[in-house]
Amino acid sequence: MKLNINGQDTELNVSDDMPILWAIRDIAGLTGTKFGCGMAQCGACTIHLDGQAIRSCVTPVSAAVGKKITTIEAMQDDKVGQVVQAAWQEIDVVQCGYCQSGQIMSATSLLRQNPKPTDADIDNAMSGNICRCGTYQRIKAAIHEAAEKLA
Amino acid sequence: MSTNINLSRRTFIKATAFVAGGLVIAFSIPYAKRFMQKEQAAAPGQDKPLPVPNAFLRIGTDDSITVMLAHSEMGQGVWTTLPMLIADELDADWSKIKVEHAPAAPDYIHTAYGIQITGGSSTTWSEFDRYRQAGALTRALLIQAAANTWGVAVDSLRTENGFVRNGEQTLSYGQLAEKAAGLETPTHVTLKTPDQWKFIGKPTRRLDSAEKINGTAKFGQDIQFEGLKIGMVARSPVFGTTLASVDDSATLKVSGVIKVVKVPTGVAVIADHYWAAKQGRDALKLTWQTEGKEKPDSAALLKQYSALAQQPGLSAAKAGDTAQALKQAAHTVTAEYVLPYLSHAPMEPLNCAVKITEDGCEIWTGTQMQTTDQGAAAKILGMPPEKVMIHTQFLGGGFGRRANPRADFVSEAVEVAKAAGMPVKTVWSREDDIKGGFYRPMFVHRASIGMDADGKPQAWQHTLVGQSIILGTPFEKVMIKDGIDATSVEGVADSPYVKDLPNHQVELHTMPSAVPVLWWRSVGHSHSAFVMESLIDELAHTAKQDPVAYRRQLLKNHPRHLATLNLAAEKAGWDKPLPEGIFRGIAVHESFGSVVTQIAEVSVKEGQVKVHRMVTAIDCGLAVNPDGVKAQMESSIAFGLGAALSSEISFKDGEVVQSNFHDYQVLRMKDMPKVEVYIVQSSEKMGGVGEPGLPPVAPAVTNAIFAATGKRLRSLPIANQLA
Repeated sequence: MKLNINGQDTELNVSDDMPILWAIRDIAGLTGTKFGCGMAQCGACTIHLDGQAIRSCVTPVSAAVGKKITTIEAMQDDKVGQVVQAAWQEIDVVQCGYCQSGQIMSATSLLRQNPKPTDADIDNAMSGNICRCGTYQRIKAAIHEAAEKLA
Repeated sequence: MSTNINLSRRTFIKATAFVAGGLVIAFSIPYAKRFMQKEQAAAPGQDKPLPVPNAFLRIGTDDSITVMLAHSEMGQGVWTTLPMLIADELDADWSKIKVEHAPAAPDYIHTAYGIQITGGSSTTWSEFDRYRQAGALTRALLIQAAANTWGVAVDSLRTENGFVRNGEQTLSYGQLAEKAAGLETPTHVTLKTPDQWKFIGKPTRRLDSAEKINGTAKFGQDIQFEGLKIGMVARSPVFGTTLASVDDSATLKVSGVIKVVKVPTGVAVIADHYWAAKQGRDALKLTWQTEGKEKPDSAALLKQYSALAQQPGLSAAKAGDTAQALKQAAHTVTAEYVLPYLSHAPMEPLNCAVKITEDGCEIWTGTQMQTTDQGAAAKILGMPPEKVMIHTQFLGGGFGRRANPRADFVSEAVEVAKAAGMPVKTVWSREDDIKGGFYRPMFVHRASIGMDADGKPQAWQHTLVGQSIILGTPFEKVMIKDGIDATSVEGVADSPYVKDLPNHQVELHTMPSAVPVLWWRSVGHSHSAFVMESLIDELAHTAKQDPVAYRRQLLKNHPRHLATLNLAAEKAGWDKPLPEGIFRGIAVHESFGSVVTQIAEVSVKEGQVKVHRMVTAIDCGLAVNPDGVKAQMESSIAFGLGAALSSEISFKDGEVVQSNFHDYQVLRMKDMPKVEVYIVQSSEKMGGVGEPGLPPVAPAVTNAIFAATGKRLRSLPIANQLA
């Protein structure tokens, strides 16, 4: 099966029903995208499919054929992603860090669609991403910071 | 005043060259306590030299400074805090600092606990001297090497930002590393005074930030190498029961499945990747030997615990004649409190990669208890512990789940790799994690408090019912005294409210059960603080007194409690009116050597609780990284509030009801309050910060709910109790 991952066409020997998460982690070896729940409840596996944030743990690879998969590994080359990552460092968001790939993917998608999100907008867009370390306050601050930088 | 440390008396120090060139500083500190004597004795070959670079600090010829962490980074920030201790004494260039997890080895044993462990909110205080000494000693060697090079006296030299200076002349630490490695180590070092610190006490950004935001940080889950297969274990749905039969015919037809093997905990499916392992496991047809076995049921447990709470238990603390004093009381408050089993549910599901060779075993995982895991693996494989290499990866959350005296997930992974005959990484699904046990135990508390006519407590009778975390583990000998597991009664038996009374009695019923239990962030305090601070609120209400004023009076001889209480009350504006519909609650609790006050601002609309703001004040002694302390308070609030609002593990017909984040609910961003953290300027002994913020969270919230609704919540989670 041919998948476009981070701008590169990649031939992967996987079955149609394999979730994108496992194709990119276990087959393509890109481990930045995380497994957290396997049922779209925690957001750790968030990637972009044609620029839209999706949960890769429940989306089969068949849904990605002919589309562009973008993972955390490509965010440093993404205009919005760079700014979001810089804000994350500025605010010192991370703790254990395991959920942060997904948080950054969701935040980047939010800021593309809504360059000036309110607190309520952020709550709505980010409440699907669980952080057990509870970095939510800093994530919110970092999204506001990134929005300001992007303006 | 400077701190002179006589190193020769306390430590054995080695300064040696390492293979790639440069300087290695290694310490061996005699264990403060032979905490794990049983385990040590059971582990053969402990005294043999280890095939690992057992050092705290390496200075490379490229000027790199590598700090070896004796503790695990699981979000709490020790990846940054411990290097700060070294950097200050070493006058290091902060940009040259690299950090690595240390291997499992005697040199990294906890200075107070005697095993290699990250737990008890102890890393910073327990390493404060050892890591500063490593930095100071290294600096002394580098200065000596420079003095020898230039032919000048040591006294004429100074160090700055990674260089030794002699007037205009400089040599970098990297240039001096090899020369320093050949020198005899000094027996005395003088540690810096607080006014000389550049890092300690200053808010410092995390060193692990960059790799955790670009996907390159390696967690146990991310370990991949040629030949490594994925294993998933099917475990019994009823704890304490064993496998009866296996039909794996459908499993073996799943593309990517390699084999199915039996292990002590169940049946393991070995596959090329997770998806195949998962599909293969789903296709297993298993039966379990559950007849005649304990089948826990939450409703029945509650009945049983409640009944026992009214019976005398084993004494955990006693003074005076409590029964008599209760009879003479002007007012009596009697209440029962109930707390559920809780899962840690760290974001990174448990996993462990194991490669067994003829020479030994290598393990890659995120663990909080390296030497325990090492010992357990060695025992299974029949090899000496030093043959088992533990490569600690970043932990995607721990909260106690990755510190298991029974080494459950590591032992199981070793069994799987051994049975499979190939390197295997076991991966737990989220369902495995939620249903897999090692919970914060369920507890019922029953208390009767007698008060005088002025509303002051005079007698306190308190009975706890719950499972012991320690019973049946290697820690039993040290941590259970006269039948009392100290972690069951902590926060009650040692509470200042109780201990200050001439008449008090704390009793415990330790419940036998096959449900595995474990320390969950703040351990016993996670239930006891809720009960104690709710009870104090009940007393204040009975006495018709303001909750803060009432606590001030009871805690007048406890200055640290008072300091946090007063600071939080001031910052929250306790005496000032609130916007309409918002109500306040307060709680103060000491745990892990620190005292924290939480003030919650809450509204209740149509049975729904919203926590708007939390004001936190902490006295943890010296705050080495104040921003790290703030982050841990924010974290404790999120963790504690999520549990208080909605988390619960319950049992029906012997099985765990919950399975994933849809029914084991934790805090999400929309429910995160605005958090303000204030640190008491304190010269008290250093305490912990990873856990102490949590215990007062739930009672601050439920006390605010009482202020809002007049309804006293005596069980958690809050869930729909107000609907």
